[in-house]
Amino acid sequence: MDKFIAIIFSVSFGYAVLRVTTPLIFAAMGALISDKAGVINIGLEGIMLISALTGVVVSAYTQSAFLGLLMAVIAGSLTGMAMAYFALNLKTDIILSGIAINLFGGGGTIFALYLVAHDKGISSSLKSLVLPKIDIPIIDQIPVLSEIISGQNILTYIALLSVVFVYILVYKTPLGLQIRAVGENEDAADSVGVSVRKIKYIALILSGAFAGFGGAYMSMAYVSWFSKNMTVGRGFIALAAEAMGGSTPFGTLVACFVFGSAEALSNSLQSLRVPTEFVQMIPYVVTVLGLVLYSSRKTSQIRKKIGSRR
Amino acid sequence: MAELLEMKSITKVYPNGIVANYKVDFSLEEGEIHAVVGENGAGKSTLMKILFGMHSPEEGDIFLRGEKIELASSNKAIEKGIGMVHQHFMLVPSLTVAENIVLGIEPKRSFLFDKEKAIKITEELAKKYNLKVDPRALVKDIPVGLKQKVEILKALLRGAKILILDEPTAVLTPQETGELFRELKVLKEKGHTIIFISHKLKEVKALCDRLTVMRNGRNVGVHQVSDVTEEDISRLMVGRDVILKVEKGTALPKETILQVKKIKQKNQFGQTVLNNVSFSLKAGEILGIAGVEGNGQRELVEVLTGLLNLTSGEIYVKGNLINNYSIKAIRDLNISHIPEDRMTYGVAEKMSIENNLIADKYDKEPYSKKGILNIKHIKKKTVEQVEEFRIKCNSPLQEVKMLSGGNIQKVVVAREFSSDPELLIADQPTRGIDVGATEFIRKRIIHLRDQGAGVLLVSADLNEVMELSDRLVVFFNGEIYAYFSDTSNLTEEELGLYMLGVKRQNNEIIRGAIYEEQ
Repeated sequence: MDKFIAIIFSVSFGYAVLRVTTPLIFAAMGALISDKAGVINIGLEGIMLISALTGVVVSAYTQSAFLGLLMAVIAGSLTGMAMAYFALNLKTDIILSGIAINLFGGGGTIFALYLVAHDKGISSSLKSLVLPKIDIPIIDQIPVLSEIISGQNILTYIALLSVVFVYILVYKTPLGLQIRAVGENEDAADSVGVSVRKIKYIALILSGAFAGFGGAYMSMAYVSWFSKNMTVGRGFIALAAEAMGGSTPFGTLVACFVFGSAEALSNSLQSLRVPTEFVQMIPYVVTVLGLVLYSSRKTSQIRKKIGSRR
Repeated sequence: MAELLEMKSITKVYPNGIVANYKVDFSLEEGEIHAVVGENGAGKSTLMKILFGMHSPEEGDIFLRGEKIELASSNKAIEKGIGMVHQHFMLVPSLTVAENIVLGIEPKRSFLFDKEKAIKITEELAKKYNLKVDPRALVKDIPVGLKQKVEILKALLRGAKILILDEPTAVLTPQETGELFRELKVLKEKGHTIIFISHKLKEVKALCDRLTVMRNGRNVGVHQVSDVTEEDISRLMVGRDVILKVEKGTALPKETILQVKKIKQKNQFGQTVLNNVSFSLKAGEILGIAGVEGNGQRELVEVLTGLLNLTSGEIYVKGNLINNYSIKAIRDLNISHIPEDRMTYGVAEKMSIENNLIADKYDKEPYSKKGILNIKHIKKKTVEQVEEFRIKCNSPLQEVKMLSGGNIQKVVVAREFSSDPELLIADQPTRGIDVGATEFIRKRIIHLRDQGAGVLLVSADLNEVMELSDRLVVFFNGEIYAYFSDTSNLTEEELGLYMLGVKRQNNEIIRGAIYEEQ
């Protein structure tokens, strides 16, 4: 127990929380934007995998981490656009499109990996690059805080900034107003000449771009390689975080940290003599508990609001 | 007058095979108010949606000032100066009034949305057209009448020169209707051209210059309004004489079925919306509740049907105190409810007519047994009801949202009436539906009364409450302002004084609304 507490209150645990939360934040922001436009992107998991592999391959061939990141984000955006095409032009169900992208991302990346790296599991034969870590001036002078906040990967800071970006985009810009209008009553948006299709395209492309950042982080920052199914459900946890965060950017950020902490804890506990299977379960159990809490709170709110008798 | 717009030989077939418009010609002169009348499902809305670029016709052309135009989207229509106020509101509930009004043409401050500017634009526009709205209010919090104003402002802000109003008065109180007419006449003077879709013939006579009559998806005639009488128009619309007067025998009241005792209700803002309301209703009679909308009628219906929790007071149905009953438990007392807002509470629009018709009884025998639906019985009953209530559809499996407003209302009425209710709570039962359907529903309500049911009729339609009610109470500001034990000698003028709160009866007369307990 002492060891357990020591782990939680260690500086390295704080550092780890930020580190593991980063991809969740990206993916959850992707979920949020698509949800606001009424086309929830279930395909985040698949897009992250596609982008993660793209980043590794491009950085290995160009020897530029930046180009790797750029192409990962573009790959994510294009996948988001493909989903939009399926759902909006070909009229497939958005949920089914997302599932299809997830299955494609899972299998397609292994296939592509085999073509470029001649391995079905890991990309270690490719000399891919990682994105730089950054020390934040001033903060890196403060004890404790510096060890947690400073020296993180550049994408971690971008992830935190992206929350502010999404907040401004959704609540403070004309585009955001249109996105919310389309998500809530697309007939209303249509009736005033807002192109519903265009807005949904934009939302899904942005959503894909965010997932692209998350994917790039996985293979070019979190670790320095691509391995099959390396996102292990983060795309889905992000969807849960978005729901739990009440579809607001900062609420979602908090939810991401809850899930991120659970994951960091499970990573740390592996050093103790706790069965790994149990430890690895923690983030997912927390996700389920979180969603149960969230939905029971939400239903009681709704009941209170409408004054229903049950 | 110059011809402004012409639609030539428009044919529209919906994917489900319904021919909504067949070779319809329609023309509009500059600066006129042009009525498009016809029964529900006659194709008026479809024609106007085509003009607004929401549907593309299979055949036909549209000319604006002699020039052929393509209206591929509502955006294009707006560009051409065509605006539409829809029958079902096209508003985003969680956004503010100002945000709804500027949606799509948002004012910007650098790349950000300029909220203050939006509010200013709204205020100026509202002032210019004398349409009072609160720009900061959330649309979900404002009453129907105000939502309508927001819709009109939306179109005006976009520079609409041709304004299509799809049954605009269906949701308005008589006062608001008068207001709207004055505003429309001002718009006309300023050179706007207005298309007024309606089936309220009085309003057409009062407001419009010309009218186009539609029946069964066809244009069956264009007339100068001054040349035709209301009776002429109704004959053209339905191809027969509509008896607007409903035949009604004397009521034979039996036992008291509903007792409302000193109920008070506060809304979410803490305002008192029902104040010390008491009345009772006997089986076999119709108690009308008249009043300008927004004077507590909606809250009354919601507490009676279990949609709202009662703040204080007592409600008894057949002697049972139902304050804490669930909606289901209340319905199980054999109470039916025709809700005010049929699209929200009346139907599940994406489900079939059949599914909507059994929504209140799917779990009861013989509709289902031990958790298994009796499909055969359901199909049989559905077909019967579609026929009995003259629901115009291709098949009972059609989605309800594909039907016209009047036919959707008939689905609601069919379901609520078919469970042989002992108490019917009818809230605006004929709002926004055509003359034929209105007459039909009114007759059914009287029929239900004659079979011994108690009917609580809430209506903003003066004709309706006066024609149907055996007894009548008038609501103003959440209180009963008047009670009439007999409606036969009542005049609209007198009723109006109470509805507007100009006069109030003394408490002794109002107490007459309560039957003394035996």
